[in-house]
Amino acid sequence: MKAAVITFPGSNCDRDLSVAFAQAGAEVVKVWHKETEIPAGVDIIGVPGGFSYGDYLRCGAIASRSPIGQAVADFAARGGYVIGICNGFQVLTEMQLLPGALMRNAGLKFVSKPLALRVATTESAFTSGYEPGQEIVIPVAHHDGNYQIDAEGLARLEGEDRVAFRYVENPNGSVDDIAGVLSENRRVLGMMPHPERAIENAQGGADGAALFRALTQVLETA
Amino acid sequence: MKARVHVMLKDGVLDPQGEAVRHALGHMGFGGVEAVRQGKVIELDLSATDKAAAEAEVKQMCEKLLANTVIEKYTIEIA
Repeated sequence: MKAAVITFPGSNCDRDLSVAFAQAGAEVVKVWHKETEIPAGVDIIGVPGGFSYGDYLRCGAIASRSPIGQAVADFAARGGYVIGICNGFQVLTEMQLLPGALMRNAGLKFVSKPLALRVATTESAFTSGYEPGQEIVIPVAHHDGNYQIDAEGLARLEGEDRVAFRYVENPNGSVDDIAGVLSENRRVLGMMPHPERAIENAQGGADGAALFRALTQVLETA
Repeated sequence: MKARVHVMLKDGVLDPQGEAVRHALGHMGFGGVEAVRQGKVIELDLSATDKAAAEAEVKQMCEKLLANTVIEKYTIEIA
């Protein structure tokens, strides 16, 4: 499996995400935001966390319209796999690859701590390594993780089993405790928690490693 | 030609920052503030000279970048 990790000015989880992919057995290429094409042979794009373009205008807004942004959107439109974590999730909603929007945390504070998540669906390449309803601990670190979507959109997400993860205790006001959502074709995942910060026990827990392992398995055999 | 864009959260979208401002005003003794909504003002200097064309272009800018129409609404003033 070959993974491309995008680096925007202000990205700060691109290296961690690269390590997580590599640890799961992937070949990793880093792609700078001024590039206009995703390298050939890439199976999955990782849009990392951080503060792309200083969070100017809205979190993820400028990154989603950057030169590489269009290439990511085109890759997803061709059925490519994309994972957006934290700021990457914000970027994917701004691109409208995923529905809804991420607003300022309801408590207004930056929340940075390990949190329990419940795996809401195992029907995706990202979550097939977990058990249905499994509780996992993954760190969050965000100021704008309050996922909001209108009632119709929420009903659609739930009806189509597209909520990937829910918070056991809601840290940010997200509607229906949503921590991560899947696209209609289940190949694009956006999540606020950082699985790449939980891939070995030295980080305080390794519950995120199964996500990258499952991805490698699915995409190696695809 | 100048354009001024006001971006506000849509009605019905909870504005946590506006709520915090409302609470602070209450603590400071400003009673009777029933609601606060916080938004953005974006000023643009445009080379365009035709008002209608400028307005149409700024509308495109709002749709494509300046506002996230999932949660935000906008108004445009051209002067």
